[in-house]
Amino acid sequence: MLFSGLDFAVAGGTLLHVRGANGSGKTTLLRSLCGLFTPDSGEIRWNGESTRRLGEDYRRDLLYFGHLNGIKADLTGIENLRVAATLDGDRVDESAIWAALARIGLVGFEDLPTRMLSQGQKKRVALARLILSNAPLWVLDEPFTALDVGAVDLLETLIAEHVAHGGIVVLTTHQEVGLTSGQVERLHLGS
Amino acid sequence: MLRVFWCVLLRDLTLALRRRTDVLTTLFFFIIVVSLFPLGVGTERQILQILGPGVVWVAALLASMLALERLFAADYEDGTLEQMVLTAQPLSLLVLAKITAHWLLTGLPLVLIAPLVGMQYHLSDDAILIMMVALLLGTPVLSLIGAIGAALTLGLRGGGILLSLLILPLYIPVLVYGAGAVTASGIDMADTRPYLALLGAFLVAALTFAPLASSAALKISIE
Repeated sequence: MLFSGLDFAVAGGTLLHVRGANGSGKTTLLRSLCGLFTPDSGEIRWNGESTRRLGEDYRRDLLYFGHLNGIKADLTGIENLRVAATLDGDRVDESAIWAALARIGLVGFEDLPTRMLSQGQKKRVALARLILSNAPLWVLDEPFTALDVGAVDLLETLIAEHVAHGGIVVLTTHQEVGLTSGQVERLHLGS
Repeated sequence: MLRVFWCVLLRDLTLALRRRTDVLTTLFFFIIVVSLFPLGVGTERQILQILGPGVVWVAALLASMLALERLFAADYEDGTLEQMVLTAQPLSLLVLAKITAHWLLTGLPLVLIAPLVGMQYHLSDDAILIMMVALLLGTPVLSLIGAIGAALTLGLRGGGILLSLLILPLYIPVLVYGAGAVTASGIDMADTRPYLALLGAFLVAALTFAPLASSAALKISIE
């Protein structure tokens, strides 16, 4: 068993920092929160209702960023973002996509399939989904790996903005994340 | 809803066009398998006319098997499948869009090449017409049923072989009625109607249940 007796609630405007040694179940916890993994026992509630029962209504409020970038290597950054936005059910606004691309610093690379980009740039394309998303709950699994200093700053800003607007961020990382407002809670697994 | 369907369909078609070899492999496999038989059994007109319908259908079955493994595998590996499961869209709709794209890329070319293939077997014009109609009704069923198997075997080691063991027996009704329709056209065109009607019924049933079953299987496989 990875973990048991886990009971916590996260309010709006909070960053929940999940920590723990390798193999302590951070990713499993995050995947369980998203419904990608069914825990042996226990329940996960969103606004007081079971996420299983909410189904699509819960997933509309959720954005998950896992170890895999979730972008197609043969599509360009723009095409990837357009598909992601359509699937999220947002009206696809071309100017918003371009703005997101500009913010992650990939204007000029928009015609290249993402397979030609570097690891860090691919991750930036995936991160652009955070800029486009309206979901109040972000679940981010090790979002800082493979990012350069500039991208780390950008991601920290995005997380801080999201929390300041009353959103919830649940993330695993080995580094500290500074917030401008809102509060940071810590959950330590495996102790 | 329709917008999401189109989006996934166009995405898969774009991806396939950027990686054309995958599509062409299926088509050429079909052409080669079908062409091997006349070379092997000789060019005697009567034998070929009897063999033709069965060979074409078996080749279509195998060709559609060949492409099935990749239906969800690529999306599974790069995490886009995970993202699809987590969107607020009904997964069965997204799966149906993916199956449609898969059929357009691997099933429809077989239908279109059928007249050429039929000529190798000295099939009459009527028989070729019926073969095209039967393939048009039958190949989507192959893609739909195959999707269930592809979803179930996703991420398994040696999933390809398991997939064929799982799915090929389920293809038998389509094979029997598909080939039967073409054979019946040699006797009387009116005789083909029940065969085609049954193929149509399979198609409706598969369209109803396969997307639901595949999306349920995908959710299990992703865990």
